[in-house]
Amino acid sequence: MTFDVDKIRNDFPVLFQSSRGKPLIYLDNAATTQRPKSVIKAVSSFYENDNANIHRSVYELGERATIKYEDARVKVQKFINAEKSASIIFTKGTTESINLVAYAYGRTFLKPGDEILYSEMEHHSNIVPWQQVAETTGCQLKYIPITDDGTLVEDWRNYFSEKTKFVAITHQSNVLGSINPVKDIITYAHDKGAKILIDAAQSVPHMSVDVQNLGCDFLVFSGHKMLAPTGVGVLYGKTDILNAMPPFLFGGDMISQVGLQSSKWNDLPHKFEAGTPNIAQVIGLGAAIDYINELGIDSIHQYEHELTQYALSKFEELDTIKVFGTRENRGAILSFHSEFVHPHDMAQFLDADGIAVRAGHHCAQPLMERLRVPATTRASLYFYNTREEIDILVNSIKNILKIFSVESQPK
Amino acid sequence: MENLRELYQQIIIEYSQKPRNFRTIENAEHECHGHNPLCGDDVTIYATIENDIVKDISFMGSGCAISKASASIMTTLVKGKSLDAVQSMFDGFHNLITTGETNEDMSSKLLVLGGVHKYPVRVKCAILPWHTMMNGLKNECPDN
Repeated sequence: MTFDVDKIRNDFPVLFQSSRGKPLIYLDNAATTQRPKSVIKAVSSFYENDNANIHRSVYELGERATIKYEDARVKVQKFINAEKSASIIFTKGTTESINLVAYAYGRTFLKPGDEILYSEMEHHSNIVPWQQVAETTGCQLKYIPITDDGTLVEDWRNYFSEKTKFVAITHQSNVLGSINPVKDIITYAHDKGAKILIDAAQSVPHMSVDVQNLGCDFLVFSGHKMLAPTGVGVLYGKTDILNAMPPFLFGGDMISQVGLQSSKWNDLPHKFEAGTPNIAQVIGLGAAIDYINELGIDSIHQYEHELTQYALSKFEELDTIKVFGTRENRGAILSFHSEFVHPHDMAQFLDADGIAVRAGHHCAQPLMERLRVPATTRASLYFYNTREEIDILVNSIKNILKIFSVESQPK
Repeated sequence: MENLRELYQQIIIEYSQKPRNFRTIENAEHECHGHNPLCGDDVTIYATIENDIVKDISFMGSGCAISKASASIMTTLVKGKSLDAVQSMFDGFHNLITTGETNEDMSSKLLVLGGVHKYPVRVKCAILPWHTMMNGLKNECPDN
């Protein structure tokens, strides 16, 4: 099947509008993606036809809502090839998923002297919760540095020790696009007796991820970065580990029996889903997975890979612009920097051409320090972006460099 | 891009490339660091005061064209002014970039930043050096 981008774009109504008088070019997909009609329809159809609370209604409407919600769980399970649907916990996003593991696993099982290992390219959401765990439990924080070209150091194994008990690492950097060798890291972590969490917020939307093949203990991602509504995320965990963990939030739905003095916890996955969840949003995630499956995640990955390679080549025309990261083993994210135009000014001028990009530290301040820049401009692509859009982006940057009169200055 | 030129007048781009008073002052009695954690803009203001007059003032740091131009213009304008005059200049500037309103006493140099009020996200860029300076002059710098 050829990848018919023009046809695909028709599924995304939001793309057909002008911004600042120019056709909108949306290149902030690492922050959040757009939603296809089928996802929007799944959400509105739920409210129009099926809305009721789940898991505790005998009436037909409630039954239907429950079935749709649990169907979405099975879709997620199959999408990442988890063994059991009980492994799939719905949260409100990647951040909550990591916090859940940090609280319920980290604070329960980590002890003074244990080491938590993460990397220098983590998003704040995969740093700050672990800092809190360290503060509470007395365990130590270690990190794997990155190289000047934005990849994990080759000797990352040397940063493990006998004390390493937990590893938290991103599959793909939200700033550099670098893809980490997570399968090797997972195998090594297990050899060392450590548990490992993979932050897959930037990988699951763009490439095939198989948790059984990877063997990770936990894997987390967000719905809204893969066409689904905001307010829904996923925690995948191995059931034996999830069973051993205490609940994170307490209340309705997560209990099997409540007395006035004590209560018993419900089975997985409900033990970790206290309160009424974001039902329509979860169903929206199910519709997003249907949409992705129809295109084929491997076709999406291939298309994005070619588009990224094209963009990297086009950026080579820009003498004074430095693009971070390597050419290989990278996803569809281009973070770039100019010595002459501050990222904020760059993003503001691109906005004037209808181009939506992100400028800032991208919730990765330690990484900005490592790259020795205060901020970067980031263009992040998804499968509905086109080569024409890349051409317009690069031309616009050329004009901006002219305005800031740096066209002929040496690199 | 033309409609952006109201925000980015040529003078702003020039100031950002050749900032004025872009240096440190050795042993300045008033030194204050200001930081915008959302965007990473970072400025340090140095000042000396004699008899309630700003005798010398300078800045260092990294930021966008708007913040650098704002710091350049600010340091140029407040040098030699009394602390009271600086306070009223701050009040006038704050009003200018949040509402677009000017006043009779306002220096024409400040007016080039008048377009900022149409871009709410950028108000912080323009005001950061000013807040940092006011904190420094009053020795109320949170980082110190």
